[in-house]
Amino acid sequence: MAGINKKESLDFVYDFYVKMKRNKINLAYEGEITHQITKAFTSLTETNMVREEDASSVQKKVFHVMVECLQNISKHAEVTPGSTDKKVGRGIFMVSKGDTEYNVTTGNVVLNEKVERLTEMLENINSQDKDGLNKLYKKQMREGHISEKGGAGLGFIDIARKTGEKLIYSFLKIDDLTSFFVLTSTISRIKE
Amino acid sequence: MRVIKIQGSDDTPKVILDADNNTFEISGRSLPEDVVAFYDPILEWLDEYAQNPLEKTVFNFKLEYFNTASSKLLLDVLLKLEDMYDAGHDVLVKWHYPDDDEDMEEAGEEYADIVEVPFEQVSYSID
Repeated sequence: MAGINKKESLDFVYDFYVKMKRNKINLAYEGEITHQITKAFTSLTETNMVREEDASSVQKKVFHVMVECLQNISKHAEVTPGSTDKKVGRGIFMVSKGDTEYNVTTGNVVLNEKVERLTEMLENINSQDKDGLNKLYKKQMREGHISEKGGAGLGFIDIARKTGEKLIYSFLKIDDLTSFFVLTSTISRIKE
Repeated sequence: MRVIKIQGSDDTPKVILDADNNTFEISGRSLPEDVVAFYDPILEWLDEYAQNPLEKTVFNFKLEYFNTASSKLLLDVLLKLEDMYDAGHDVLVKWHYPDDDEDMEEAGEEYADIVEVPFEQVSYSID
């Protein structure tokens, strides 16, 4: 830790803690998103939700959204240059729990050249109502193929239709080559 | 014919494909790390079985949860069953869902809508 002011580092930890509490974040992670990590986070959150006595429909939706978000990162995030591991996506993953909703947020690096296509896809999804999303899902399931990365191109559509909420996202430019893609999905804790 | 029997785990479903005992079932959770590798042997088995199927094939799906990548592969399984039905064989799909799980019920309706094969929705209670 040479070069890092220890006092500053300790202050950072406290600051980080306060910010997490203030934003009601109960899980935050940055790193490689492997299948093991996906399983660990989903089972941890499941246990917490059971303890909180959330409705089983809410639990299932949160589980579903978490899996799709984590698998998106593990399959699609650009691997940071210099990473020694084989193609394992990395990114940031957070779950926050408010009185009325859960928020699942992911952030990962994408190539700038993919931003336009991703934006189109997300805007198309956000412009649909439930029926439209169901049609879109069916069409993609019938006509799509499992990609080399093991995805079916269905994750975003399914998050939107399961949560009944718009996908909130943004792309923050990192440099000429890459951007940081942030996506938040909201799951209501109030049983319909 | 050979039997496929796969124990379920927290990320892969239990699978039984056993023509001699008239049991065809996929149940539990499906979010395998590699969906294609998991479902390929099942699809191959169905191709083989379709050449000389039982008089009546009742295929049971009793899933608690599946991810979107699995949903595509489950459709592939159903399309194999549709092919068998189209070829004149008697096929029935039974889609079991927990009675409080609307999403799983809707998933069944969605598949029933896509594939042209006799399809029965069966609700069950967890308690």
